[in-house]
Amino acid sequence: MPIALFWFLAAVSVISALGVVLQRNPIHCLLALIVTLLAIAVMFIGEDAVVVGFLQAIVYGGAIMVLFLFVIWLLNLGVEVGPSGHLALKLFGTIAVAAMTAELMAFVLPPHLQVKFAGHAAGYGSIDSLSQTLFSEYLVAFEVTSVLLLVAVVGAVALARRSSAAEIEQHAADTARKAQRVS
Amino acid sequence: MVTLPYLMALSAAIFAIGVLGFLTRRNILVMFMSVELMLNAVNLAFIALGSRLGTMDGQVIVFFVMTVAAAEAAVGLAIIISIFRGRETVHADDLTMLRW
Repeated sequence: MPIALFWFLAAVSVISALGVVLQRNPIHCLLALIVTLLAIAVMFIGEDAVVVGFLQAIVYGGAIMVLFLFVIWLLNLGVEVGPSGHLALKLFGTIAVAAMTAELMAFVLPPHLQVKFAGHAAGYGSIDSLSQTLFSEYLVAFEVTSVLLLVAVVGAVALARRSSAAEIEQHAADTARKAQRVS
Repeated sequence: MVTLPYLMALSAAIFAIGVLGFLTRRNILVMFMSVELMLNAVNLAFIALGSRLGTMDGQVIVFFVMTVAAAEAAVGLAIIISIFRGRETVHADDLTMLRW
């Protein structure tokens, strides 16, 4: 990855990550998050992780973020008004994060991370080499992942549905009562 | 060529922003997005280290992290919807059911 491209992507990703934290409209936060994810995806491709970069853009920036978007729309969230959260929490949170950043930078910045790097072998990061590793060394983890996804799907359905017919009737009655009170 | 410390510093910065968002925002959905930011910062560190060490392990682990993130988003958003259905709020301070 050329150094100019790195600085450009770094600026885009940090600014949009700040946008996620600082904006008050959840939809704007989500859009900023998508920009961050796409900048990181381009960075993956620049680091020769081509397949994972595309997966990041498609699965993360596409599918997962659409899920978030639908939930925001479903809950009909608007702009937050008024003061949000506690001032003390913000103050101490910011101090703690500054300390953590200093610590992380002290860990990553000194030259001991300067490994010798002589360019990649042909085919590094291709779908061929990725699947060779995935289906040999990490085969057990891959199979366990399928169980994880199954559990997550069943759990999401179980959480999101109304559990019984009685509960559905109760909810319908509640909504009717609310509507009556409004009118 | 970008050297490793730059990439790791960027990863640390994005992670720190994610932690900041998680600590200071009270909207559950935005807190959730901050968690996604942190996951992505770690993904970037994995890709950078794997690339410099010349192994595919980092990329495979990022693949797994994406899977876990998808599962987490599905279950987490289902929980948020079911909380919202009962309490009509996504503000973390309003959810004190477990407070002793």
